[in-house]
Amino acid sequence: MREKILGIIEKNSRIDLKDLAILLGEDEITIANEIAAMEKERVICGYHTLINWDNTTDEKVVALIEVKVTPQRGMGFDKIAERIYNYSEVEAFYLMSGAFDFTVILEGKTMREVAQFVSDKLAPMDAVLSTATHFVLKKYKDHGTILVHTVQDERMPITP
Amino acid sequence: MRNPVSDKITNLPPSGIRKFFDIVSEMKDAISLGVGEPDFDTPWHIREEGIYSLERGRTFYTSNAGLKELREEICSYLCRKYQVSYTPDSEIIVTVGGSEAIDLTLRAMLNPGDEVLIPQPSFVSYVPCTVLANGVPVIIELLEKDNFRLTKEQVLEKITPKTKILVLPFPNNPTGAIMEKKDLEEIAKVVIEKDLFVMTDEIYSELTYKGEHVSIASLPGMKERTILINGFSKSYAMTGWRLGYAAAPREIMQQMIKIHQFAIMSAPTTSQYAAIEALKNGDEDVARMKESYNQRRRYLLHAFSEMGVDCYEPLGAFYVFPNIARFGMTSDEFAERLLKEEKVAVVPGTAFGDCGEGFLRVSYAYSLDNLKLALDKIEKFIKRLDEKV
Repeated sequence: MREKILGIIEKNSRIDLKDLAILLGEDEITIANEIAAMEKERVICGYHTLINWDNTTDEKVVALIEVKVTPQRGMGFDKIAERIYNYSEVEAFYLMSGAFDFTVILEGKTMREVAQFVSDKLAPMDAVLSTATHFVLKKYKDHGTILVHTVQDERMPITP
Repeated sequence: MRNPVSDKITNLPPSGIRKFFDIVSEMKDAISLGVGEPDFDTPWHIREEGIYSLERGRTFYTSNAGLKELREEICSYLCRKYQVSYTPDSEIIVTVGGSEAIDLTLRAMLNPGDEVLIPQPSFVSYVPCTVLANGVPVIIELLEKDNFRLTKEQVLEKITPKTKILVLPFPNNPTGAIMEKKDLEEIAKVVIEKDLFVMTDEIYSELTYKGEHVSIASLPGMKERTILINGFSKSYAMTGWRLGYAAAPREIMQQMIKIHQFAIMSAPTTSQYAAIEALKNGDEDVARMKESYNQRRRYLLHAFSEMGVDCYEPLGAFYVFPNIARFGMTSDEFAERLLKEEKVAVVPGTAFGDCGEGFLRVSYAYSLDNLKLALDKIEKFIKRLDEKV
């Protein structure tokens, strides 16, 4: 049942508890308890809104930074990771397999702001060996949702 | 001038759905719950395979029966899903939708005057295709009290020495009824005893919400008496690709292929390549869509019960079939008034046979938001009716 709840609220976290219960054929209390439990266990970590900032007047720059580091003895990558992900500019942060170690998704107001973060904060860290910054030019799809066009129902209104 | 058209065709009534379609099409802002096709797009990996086949220049006819690889995949699907084993070389034909397979079957099997038992309410083409094949349609009226399932007694009652084929339209459009194994076993006994054939239209076989679909072809002694029809439209959301298939004993299949050869040649090549991908890698898509339909099915049932509209629980396809008899209107009147007063389109049950009178077909192949919008309007309409009574 957890998977089914998550499947629905991952796409629509604003759904009524009542509707959710009907869709899944359960009673509301069961669903509410399950959600509360998942929040407590940090299965559900938040209820965010998917925003296409390109359609607002707010200027935003998103960059993806590949970071190579030297892992520290006894701590592996986690210690150095913590030092990076705690910056509020860091939107997402992953440990990677392959040619580099971390992916940092960074959000800033301007390119200059992002560049400054990399050169002032990230690159000078002792454990950081190198960085490569890539700027996002256009977002086509995010969180499984296509941002560039809306889907229209093109079916005929009545079919057998 | 001589009469340019055939008397037989002139006398054939047009699809009951057509009239309603014309009214709805006039209305620009109507919300429809009237479609008989999935709201999902064909999964991208399947579309991609179609595109790729075009890029590779695979734009020629295929063999009459369809691509060998596709027939092989169909056989392995039928075996894996429904435990029926067919030979790709002689027992499978790929058709232009399930509809063509229905037409081929009846034309290949009927002699003039042969009777075909057709349970209704059901899909619109069994009766006209029977008439076109010079057969005689004999209607069996499915009842709400039986959950619109077909019973042995109903079949026995209509059998005559001329009865040749029993049509088995389950999971059913428009009622959403299914037949479970125990129901099918009863029917199979009669079929074998009375030496009949079964044309089983299993186009909605992937969409059952209580246990897995059982094909009558898998019951002992039934494969040699069964023409199994299925396709890609409903399970993989591929209606526009126009691709279905039939599986039947060699003797019948040989005759079906002949008609197909002259009338159609071969099913669309692009669609066939896409269908191979669907059968190979589409299981997860089917499961995802089915779960979503099931959720919306519960939602609709709940909404009708809250409104005080009787609706038996359909366990298949993507339709609910509420009973509106208590409002003292015909299905046609109800649907037309609902459309005019609230701009919501549903299909009158009578579009699927006279015994659909008193019912509506409401499709849940729509987004939840769309369903909610329509249900709010239906509720308003019903409240007004209830106040008048």
